[in-house]
Amino acid sequence: MLESYIPIFIVMFFATVIALGITFSSMLLGPQRPNKEKLSTYESGMKPVGTTRERISIKYYLVAMLFIIFDLEVLFIYPWAVQFKKLFAEFGISIFISMFIFLVVFELGYLYAYKKGGFEWD
Amino acid sequence: MTLEIVLFVIFALVCLVSGILMVTRVNPVISALFLVVNFGSLAGLYLTLNAQFIAVAQVIIYAGAIMVFFLFVIMLINPEHEKRFLEYKPQLKIFAVAIAVLVFLQIAYIILFSKPSEGVSREVAASVKAGTIEQIGRELFTKYVLPFEAVGYLLLSAAIGALVLAKKKFK
Amino acid sequence: MGIGEIILISLVKILLIISLLFLTVSYLTYFERKISAWVQNRIGPNRVGWKGLLQPFADVFKLMLKEDIVPEKADRIIHLLAPMIALFVAFSTFAVIPFGPEVHLFGYDIPLVVADVNMGVLFVLALTSLSVYGLTLAGWSSGSKYSLLGGIRSSAQMISYEISMGFSIGGVLLLSESLRPIAIVESQSGWMWNAIVQPIGFITFLVSAFAETNRLPFDLPEAEPELVGGFHTEYSSMKFAAFFLSEYANMIIASGLIVTLYLGGWQIPYIDLLGLPSGLVALLQVGAFIFKLVAILFFFLWVRWSLPRFRYDQLMNLGWKVMFPLSLINIIWVALLIMIFGL
Repeated sequence: MLESYIPIFIVMFFATVIALGITFSSMLLGPQRPNKEKLSTYESGMKPVGTTRERISIKYYLVAMLFIIFDLEVLFIYPWAVQFKKLFAEFGISIFISMFIFLVVFELGYLYAYKKGGFEWD
Repeated sequence: MTLEIVLFVIFALVCLVSGILMVTRVNPVISALFLVVNFGSLAGLYLTLNAQFIAVAQVIIYAGAIMVFFLFVIMLINPEHEKRFLEYKPQLKIFAVAIAVLVFLQIAYIILFSKPSEGVSREVAASVKAGTIEQIGRELFTKYVLPFEAVGYLLLSAAIGALVLAKKKFK
Repeated sequence: MGIGEIILISLVKILLIISLLFLTVSYLTYFERKISAWVQNRIGPNRVGWKGLLQPFADVFKLMLKEDIVPEKADRIIHLLAPMIALFVAFSTFAVIPFGPEVHLFGYDIPLVVADVNMGVLFVLALTSLSVYGLTLAGWSSGSKYSLLGGIRSSAQMISYEISMGFSIGGVLLLSESLRPIAIVESQSGWMWNAIVQPIGFITFLVSAFAETNRLPFDLPEAEPELVGGFHTEYSSMKFAAFFLSEYANMIIASGLIVTLYLGGWQIPYIDLLGLPSGLVALLQVGAFIFKLVAILFFFLWVRWSLPRFRYDQLMNLGWKVMFPLSLINIIWVALLIMIFGL
């Protein structure tokens, strides 16, 4: 089992080397002539105003929270999907119904979010 | 088997070092990134235990979903403000220490006094089979259907809770 | 096979594919410029080399010799780390995409995929879920408002579409009964391509793939007119190029994934009936994979120069209110197909 993952580890090693090589290449090859104007934050030619460490709309947090929950749902569907044909042949429609109930319960949460305006962006 | 030992040592070292670095860094975003590395190496450790599905689920859920949310929160609440908060109320640190000691005692108890390896089949082929998604699907939908449906309700309540928390603010 | 042989064979395959990936990425930028020129009735790059064919190399060398500017408000370490994360994800996802059938070479049975693992498809999902970090951290660490907005937007966009992507894959798994990409390809023999059996899932996956790779019409994180360039506003030289390289590499991988999951992978329908020698068949099948891949890549470019950009609220509405329910309906649809027709 573990042997089949060896190529993945090698690929990840190569990807790390590529990432390091590309990011550092221009640090080594390019010139370094910094000055104050060059290093200031770009704000369409104006002097930068305020900070960027500000709070943002809670909607982004809400999307991130809902994402955790629905991602879990996706992970629960996969074991079912992979075994569905075999289990259906063995146990009949009850396998479908058990997943259907799960989905319906879950989509109640989705509908609640929909009604509450959790997906509204303006 | 040597390959397993080599991989175990590598992942365990990464896990340990990233864990220590995560706790000691001052910049919370860097801390969070070390936690992501820690989750990754934990996934590697699961892999050496032949738990393939758990390993990938670990990365998808913890590193890919929960830590993204953590990062959102850390990046956008202005960490400087929180630092002042702790200086203002240093007695809050007692709780942190107390919780850490509790968790440590729990782990020590599990390692020293409980015997989880007893009564578990130790055959490699069986453990490889138990770690595949096919076997997990079979177990989940034959033996554990009721807990599975209960998970549905648990996640439903989590979704509702998230919305109630978030919607309070921007009315 | 011993561990040494496994390492050797996979090294050969990895080096081959990485160099091919680099070549395709650089020429994809060339073709993007040529095709955009063609769509807009311009000429496009034609100075460096014959018909401008050496343009990508000129671009790379130019960017390498540029100054690497880190703004003073930026968080230096994370500013450096963000393009690395983007590149790491983009250059390790290809490992599980099969580009041909099993071939017999020098006495070995070699499957034409770098890593034939049981968790193949989930491995791709796990890595794409990590690619959010690259963009978010790039946006946050730059200390610029445009970057921050671009980074936050892109992460919210990517996580939203990741869900409909995950559900669409569920429909494929119902038919393949395995997460191994090779098994998924083999389950689509003949004309049983998933794009034909489950068209809804194909469309939701395609749209999600566009959103995940931040391509137009979903390139809100960049949105030049309003965000100047989004999360990479404050990046220069090869760090800037790193985001573009990873975007194009992600595009190639997304196309490879679309071909594998929905268009029958390397398979050519009914090629067995012709009675050709097995070596020729394998070669033709690799050719078929490349042909399908290039067709999807062309579709990516074509869409970019044909459709206008979405507004952000339209984008999130599409993701949560249209794609999400559609991908769920697709799963039910496939399950019903299996139960009624016994596919």
